[in-house]
Amino acid sequence: MQDAERIAAQAVERHRREPSQLLQILVETQDGIGYLPAAALTRIADLLELPRARVEGVAGFYSFLYTEPVGRYRILFSDNIIDRMLGTRGLMESLCRRLEVSPGQVSPGGEVSVDVTSCTGMGDQGPAVLVNGLAVTRLDEARVERIASLVRAGTPLAEWPAEYFRVDDNIRRRGSLLGDDFVPGAALQAAMVRGRTGWLEEVRLSGLRGRGGAGFTTAVKWMACRDAPGADKVVVCNADEGEPGTFKDRVLLASQAERVFEGMTLAAWATGARQGLLYLRGEYRYLLKHLRAVLALRRAAGLLGPRILGEAGFDFDIDIHLGAGAYVCGEETALLESLEGKRGTPRIRPPFPVTHGYLGRPTVVNNVETLAKTTLIALQGGAAFAATGTPQSTGTKLLSISGDCAYPGVYEYPFGVTIAHVLEDCGAHDPQVVQVGGASGVTIAGHEFHRRIAFEDVPTAGAFMVFDGRRDPFEMARNFVHFFAHESCGFCTPCRVGTALLKGYMDKLASGKGAKMDLADIEWLDRLLKNASHCGLGSSAPNPVIDTLIKFRPAYERRLVSLDFKPAFDLDAALETARRMTGRDDPGAHLDWREEV
Amino acid sequence: MGGKFLFDGRPVPFEEGQTILQAARAAGHYIPHLCWHPDFPPHGSCKLCVVKVGGRHVSSCALPARDGMEVESNTPEINGERRALLQMLFVEGNHFCPSCEKSGNCQLQALAYELDMSSARFAHFYPDRPVDASHPDVLLDFNRCIFCELCVRASRDVDHKGVFALTGRGIRKHLVVNAESGRLADTDFAVSDRAADICPVGVILRKRVGFAVPIGERKYDEASISSVAMEKGE
Ligand SMILES: Cc1cc2nc3c(=O)[nH]c(=O)nc-3n(C[C@H](O)[C@H](O)[C@H](O)COP(=O)(O)O)c2cc1C
Ligand code: SF4
Ligand code: SF4
Ligand code: FES
Ligand code: FES
Repeated sequence: MQDAERIAAQAVERHRREPSQLLQILVETQDGIGYLPAAALTRIADLLELPRARVEGVAGFYSFLYTEPVGRYRILFSDNIIDRMLGTRGLMESLCRRLEVSPGQVSPGGEVSVDVTSCTGMGDQGPAVLVNGLAVTRLDEARVERIASLVRAGTPLAEWPAEYFRVDDNIRRRGSLLGDDFVPGAALQAAMVRGRTGWLEEVRLSGLRGRGGAGFTTAVKWMACRDAPGADKVVVCNADEGEPGTFKDRVLLASQAERVFEGMTLAAWATGARQGLLYLRGEYRYLLKHLRAVLALRRAAGLLGPRILGEAGFDFDIDIHLGAGAYVCGEETALLESLEGKRGTPRIRPPFPVTHGYLGRPTVVNNVETLAKTTLIALQGGAAFAATGTPQSTGTKLLSISGDCAYPGVYEYPFGVTIAHVLEDCGAHDPQVVQVGGASGVTIAGHEFHRRIAFEDVPTAGAFMVFDGRRDPFEMARNFVHFFAHESCGFCTPCRVGTALLKGYMDKLASGKGAKMDLADIEWLDRLLKNASHCGLGSSAPNPVIDTLIKFRPAYERRLVSLDFKPAFDLDAALETARRMTGRDDPGAHLDWREEV
Repeated sequence: MGGKFLFDGRPVPFEEGQTILQAARAAGHYIPHLCWHPDFPPHGSCKLCVVKVGGRHVSSCALPARDGMEVESNTPEINGERRALLQMLFVEGNHFCPSCEKSGNCQLQALAYELDMSSARFAHFYPDRPVDASHPDVLLDFNRCIFCELCVRASRDVDHKGVFALTGRGIRKHLVVNAESGRLADTDFAVSDRAADICPVGVILRKRVGFAVPIGERKYDEASISSVAMEKGE
């Protein structure tokens, strides 16, 4: 254990004993030890002068932090419905069989553990797994067989075939963002020529709205932060991308990192911020090296650091923080808590981040795509930007398309494009349902395919999951309910208990034991979650259930045993002992009241 | 800048910075609450204080009052939702009130009476939460925790000890104490701490005073929680 304490102490010192770095310290300590033993937590708490219980509280919050030993190889299957449709369940069973381990358990020798995890953002190239935090894509039986032997042989990950870790961009349709070549610094130069106020005015003219989900007007947010009292303003890039079925931010970070960082710098120019933070979801940690290299290039080019492009008083730099498996940390105030090294619990609002954000300082939080888009505004001007899209939804939108279609990947469309048009482009042959906006989004049925992708019609943070006639909308909704129950932060009563109860009801229906009463309870829980939840996770958790109940009710009703009431207590099963004692199994020894009516 | 808002149709004055719940209380109107406490800043987790403002649901313990607001609180719709939240808290833990030392002094139980909660409605979770009896003066029965974090806040902000914290996530969230052993006896907790008598339910219990006041003669046996709150300011 002394080793563990030494590794923990080194991680603390690397972060200069800064309590706000607790999450990063825990991640690095675990990298060195494999998990977080009790003694390591105690040591970290001592060195940071924090109560140990607080450190334990943080360690227990994040899915990718382990306070119990896990396998030396930790294999996590992406459990989104899309990966499941691609066959993850069978592949996971096969891997477990080959490695003689059950899901969720550590093999007796401690070599390996296999489990599931929330969507890893590889829906266009699944089935996907994370092996010790690194993404492996395009899994099939052959790969599973090979992985099993690599694990058995104890081959270090560095010696696994590099091909396994290949992540493609799969850009299928390019618009103004993905189409143009970008010269680093050009957008910044253009904005600086306009002056800070002139630049903000262009952003206002562009009508740009946030691409992270809520669609808040970017210029309004930036102005509020600029005008907030306090000198140490902060720009945060939200690269948590946890919404199931979304992967466009991953592609932007991989292929357009210069634009993303330049967008952050443009936000700093507008607001006067000097510090930038990018919160990268743990699932994308394979991108860290690349992102850090781009940051170094930009520093060398004078695009980051003191006196950017020679301008006195324009100092700005960017740090990257790593998440550790918590969808809720995409919610901007939970994200700020997480950046401060705490549990990712959403804050009470007001006050809003623009006045009281990171460490209480005025903070702008923007999505990756929003920030990348600001480079277009700087280069073309706000009016030109607003010329594409619709009046209320200007510019283009990146869609992450996956599921039952020939060409999954990232597509850039002007806002206002119809769902039918998108389906045609991505080669969806028999689309029945499209889930737009991820698990928390909108379920679109066939008769609605004429609707448009836009804030005023079908809004989306970017996910577009296609389901054909073979799929069951109920199973889709059930998968999403499991996701929300797993990801609820547990802070507020309706979401903590409500998502767990909803999961129970959906499972009861799936096992064929549901009754009409259960549907009433489900609808009641939906309402409560919507109305009383503390944050957007809880209030959007029932969306897929509400939508499928309205649009695909038969998918629920055909699972009901009776249309009224079915007790949890099974009378016929209770007779089983009597049947065994009397050696009877004829129809007369069964209580099948359905036949009698 | 203070002002006035309408609370279930009646005018309520407020001062700048007051929340809806604070102003309503000051004017003699009770709003149910569990995680809110007069001595602490709002926490916003239990959601019992939910009210409707202009058709939107908000937490009245956390939302600052604004001039001209129209607040709905004591309505069948809102009370129905509060009842469901109570039912959730009951099925989530293990609450056997007849054998609970806090019975009659428990705010969860008292609110269940206040809001006519007659059944648990939902399926029980029956979580496994072992009791911690290690401390000489205080017993921790985690089975009844409703995660209001009052003990966490009192110990951190008043006692300056940080004895309690929450860990885990979602329905697996649970309370832990500040010791590697996980035992209260190994912390610097003292029975004289503010955190020792802050728990609204029956988790943090003094030893050797059990049932000194017989059940039936306790605080909420004699008067409803709303009248206790309004008359004694509790
Ligand atoms: C549960 C939840 C998860 C979220 N996840 C993300 C996310 O992964 N990425 C993101 O940009 N925004 C996410 N958001 C939205 C953010 O709270 C916030 O609105 C957004 O980052 C603001 O940036 P924008 O204005 O550029 O869209 C999430 C919101 C909620 C409620
Ligand atoms: S709604 Fe869910 S995720 Fe949001 S604060 Fe409540 S428990 Fe946490
Ligand atoms: S122990 Fe009591 S005071 Fe502490 S969080 Fe639980 S219910 Fe609240
Ligand atoms: S009293 Fe307001 S949320 Fe608990
Ligand atoms: S009286 Fe039942 S838990 Fe307190």
